Amino acid sequence: MSAAPEPLPAGPGRSGAAPVTGATASGRTTAERTVLRLARPYLRRLVGAGLLAAATEFAGLALMATATWLLMSAAGRPPLDRLTVAIVAVRALAISRGVFRYTERLAGHDAVLRMITDVRARVFAALAARRTAGHRSGDVLSRLVSDVEAVQDLLLRVLVPGSAAALVGVLAVAGAALISPAAAGALAVGLLIAGVALPALATAVTRRNAAEVAPLRGALATDAIDLTHGAADLAAFGATDAALRAAEQRARRLARLERRLAATGFAVDAAGVLVAGLTAAAVVLAALAAGVPGVLVGVLAVGALAAVEVALALVSAARQWTQLRPGLTRVAALLDGDTPPAAAVVDADGTADVDRAGGHELRFVDVTVRYRAGAAPALDRVSLALPAGRRIAVVGPSGAGKSTLAAVLTGAVRPASGRVTLDDRDLSSYAEEELPRTVGGLLAEAYVFHATVRENLLLGRAGAGEEELSAAAAAAGLLEWVRAQPAGWDTLVGEEGGQLSGGQRQRLALARALLAAPPVLVLDEPTEGLDPTAADAVLASALAATPAGHSVLLITHRLSGLAELDEIVVLDGGRVIQRGSHAELVAAPGWYRDQWLLQAAAERGYLALAP
Amino acid sequence: MNRRPFDPRLLRRVPEARRDLAVLALLGVLAAGLIVAQATTLAAVLATAVDGRLDRPALTGFVATVAARSALVWAQGTISARIAATVKAALRADLLGAVGRHGPGWVAGQRAGQLATLAGRGLDALDAYFTGYLPQLVLSVTVPLAVLARVVFADWSSAVIIALTLPLIPVFGALLGWQAQAATERQWRRLSLLGGHFLDMVAGLPTLRAFGRARAQTEVVRRMADGHRVATMKTLRIAFLSALVLELVATLSVALVAVPVGIRLLGGGLALQTALLVLLLTPEAYLPLRAAGSRFHASMEGLTALNEALTVSAAPAAPRATEGAATPDGRGEIRFESVTVAYERTTALRDVTLTVRPGERIAIIGPSGAGKSTLLGLLLGFVAPTSGRITVDGVDLASADPDAWRRQLAWVPQRAHLFAASLADNIRLGAPDTPPDALADAVRDAALDDVVAGLPDGLETLLGERGHGLSSGQRQRVALARAFLRDAPVVLLDEPTARLDTAAEAVVLDATRRLVAGRTALLVAHRPALLADADRILRIEDGRVTELTPEPTGKVTR
Repeated sequence: MSAAPEPLPAGPGRSGAAPVTGATASGRTTAERTVLRLARPYLRRLVGAGLLAAATEFAGLALMATATWLLMSAAGRPPLDRLTVAIVAVRALAISRGVFRYTERLAGHDAVLRMITDVRARVFAALAARRTAGHRSGDVLSRLVSDVEAVQDLLLRVLVPGSAAALVGVLAVAGAALISPAAAGALAVGLLIAGVALPALATAVTRRNAAEVAPLRGALATDAIDLTHGAADLAAFGATDAALRAAEQRARRLARLERRLAATGFAVDAAGVLVAGLTAAAVVLAALAAGVPGVLVGVLAVGALAAVEVALALVSAARQWTQLRPGLTRVAALLDGDTPPAAAVVDADGTADVDRAGGHELRFVDVTVRYRAGAAPALDRVSLALPAGRRIAVVGPSGAGKSTLAAVLTGAVRPASGRVTLDDRDLSSYAEEELPRTVGGLLAEAYVFHATVRENLLLGRAGAGEEELSAAAAAAGLLEWVRAQPAGWDTLVGEEGGQLSGGQRQRLALARALLAAPPVLVLDEPTEGLDPTAADAVLASALAATPAGHSVLLITHRLSGLAELDEIVVLDGGRVIQRGSHAELVAAPGWYRDQWLLQAAAERGYLALAP
Repeated sequence: MNRRPFDPRLLRRVPEARRDLAVLALLGVLAAGLIVAQATTLAAVLATAVDGRLDRPALTGFVATVAARSALVWAQGTISARIAATVKAALRADLLGAVGRHGPGWVAGQRAGQLATLAGRGLDALDAYFTGYLPQLVLSVTVPLAVLARVVFADWSSAVIIALTLPLIPVFGALLGWQAQAATERQWRRLSLLGGHFLDMVAGLPTLRAFGRARAQTEVVRRMADGHRVATMKTLRIAFLSALVLELVATLSVALVAVPVGIRLLGGGLALQTALLVLLLTPEAYLPLRAAGSRFHASMEGLTALNEALTVSAAPAAPRATEGAATPDGRGEIRFESVTVAYERTTALRDVTLTVRPGERIAIIGPSGAGKSTLLGLLLGFVAPTSGRITVDGVDLASADPDAWRRQLAWVPQRAHLFAASLADNIRLGAPDTPPDALADAVRDAALDDVVAGLPDGLETLLGERGHGLSSGQRQRVALARAFLRDAPVVLLDEPTARLDTAAEAVVLDATRRLVAGRTALLVAHRPALLADADRILRIEDGRVTELTPEPTGKVTR
């Protein structure tokens, strides 16, 4: 990766800034509302899954109730034919419960996965629509993926089972009311406690516990980072033991807290068991008092036990919901105000060649960039002229502002003052998809996708033919490797280019840039990760492969192979400290000459310097 | 990997959890007893209720067993959460302790990230395993046994059927593959994580944007996510189908018990209370087995973390010099005698022989990856020679007490780690009792005073993970301040100005010159300015050290 991870700006309203905890009351509902809005096209499937889930639970409940009825009636030794219906019902219910569960799981997962497909596309569109989305750490990215999963879990583990439990509860009370209103009343009270009061309690307890545990867990995670990433510093200064003791102490404090909190958390589950039993007992008492026939008392009692059991599923649903909230809030914040992705899908590849042909002039006039108010500028009144066909190199130490310059060039960063123009039009006035066709190439964050070599290259120019691919790959020094692969152009590149060596990865990214061949070609450290000999060869062939009318802006920390360029600009601390041709700069004292001599020394052997 | 539901290593490694685990097993036995008692009392209540009578003692007994079960559920949850907390704390201490035992050479690189994640949030996945799966696992043993024992007394023929059909659950489970089911579930998670290349696409967004393809790619994301959905549904269908078969096996087994019971009841050969008891108890026998099987996958993540933690902390540490070992004097001569360092795939240093006389300032140059940092690592004791030895003042470093020896060293690394603590504590690393004026001197010597002035809370500003960040130059000056405070006879500097711009470099160079004055110094150098002050220059290439004729600086930059 780039040796100079310079700070990139945070766009307004990045998802990272979304509140993680302590959502406000209004924010609390908007997250779910956003999810439900997304679920609307799949509402029928979801309702179907919910009904099937209710049918599953109801079949289980009815099975227990019918079986009890059957057994208790049988004790009275009636003629067998009076039991036939019940016997058939028990068989049907037993089989259908399993079948219902199977179909419910299939239907539910199918609906939710369809919706997730939609959510992923929308999240991607929302991210893509941000012009200045800066660098994201791997952590933020994987959190984003698990946030999308939160949407899935909300539906599968909270909404579907929750609504099914509610529906079955209502049906159970209605059924009980047919036999005995008094028993139904007792059942309703039990169900309300199990299905409303206890879930509310569980939510409160989970939230409070999380609030207490989270800071300590965060501190412990920091300790772990300090002890591992700072292991050498700690060891060198004899501070390992003290740091270890502090971390162990914190781990023990966390353990004490977790033990204490578990006592309250599981009190809710204990209450659930109690409510189930007491409800059954109350139903028996109420039914007997109301003079309900004995067989039906048994049906009511067993049915009540089963019904409360079903309602208790709401407790775990409530817990899940509480845990999913932060992720849902982040997704909702990201999707807020997003435009439907379909409107944005315009494939404009056909027009690209028109732009490629013409000559373009790019200008920087007194450009200043500041990442934070009051901080030292990353670029300080930099001026550059890049007419068609001109080739400029920008060099300088790490942190000098080279990457910032590239970011300004591609419109990712806007200058605080000064002007950047392309053909006398301000860069910011170009449409988002228009600029990359003219200005672009190999940027610092060049990413290699988990796809074939061909697909990775075609990203540069969709529809490029075999010859064009070969030419670009040859110029980047990748062609031999591709030819040596059994699958050739269709060789699959691993995750984040994992199966390629660092050098091949870089060559692939360079070949893609050369294939794209924008009229203003930006090459940010094109030979990074290559050994000096290969680097010189690749740079030379890449420059040779660029059409004469195209201008080139080469950003590099290596100073060899720059003799052919029209101008070299030396940046330091955001300012242009030297400019001129290679020959001029080597002749004059200054950073460029020092660095050039030193690099020559490092690469050809130190003794080369001694006369 | 280890797929056993319970890792016996746990008992050995976390002895303080043994008692709680025993209590958990005992509670599982009690729970099984209470399930039997609840069914027995309920059957009695219902059997008398048929005649419209209320069996008060039975109902009281039923309520009492329910209350006892409720208390038991609480106890089970609390105990299992206690076990989880105890085990996590112990394993965390073990993991982090392993870092101390093995030393920084072992923890470097990718392992640092893995360890930090595992010791941080990774182990929290054990909560699900201990509070969800383990109690269920205990119940899957105790409940079927208790049910069988009770039913034998009530109606032995039903007991025989239960005993014969119970093994069908694990047998069918094995046939259909709980393992396979767990694997598909895991596969599903993994696929979801990839999200049909969703992560890949999001990670590559800057590149897509650079080619003007970001918006056009939305349709591709949708198409791929849809393909992922179809593939996922295929694997899920199989997983759900096997769950269905297991459920039907359990249902049919219950029916096998219930049908003869019903027929005998009709024929008057069985009392209603017994029949009810059998009906209520039989499903309970099959339930915990299925529940444990289906919860297995949910606890996979925890088991994986547990396995990793137990394996990592069990790795044997390199022998360390015992207490009372010799302490070399850093003011003596440092000698490398035919030192070779071989890593797994590369040899970092080959047969290096070298003498550093007290007070010498030695610059080390060479291309990156040539072994310069390894040379410093050897002196710091982070790396041990594969062959050869290093002596300081005649004492072999391998037999010296590393902490006592390191007290003679001040080290300025390429990129110092900023700890999540105040700037003052970051500087006082390893010397927390430094008086304020000594701290102030170090801050001034390291040219850190203007940095301190610019921070919101001065020296008390919090740094690190969630704290205030510092630029490379400022970070380097913090490392220098640490070294000044150390006031050690030997100074090791690893490219102290590597990432700095010219202005910052000048400040750091000045401070570096003040630091090395009057001390033995080895400095890995990149820039000509650093070479100017060196007494000797060593060049490392391909692991071999060559001594260069010291040249006056004028020639170097001419």
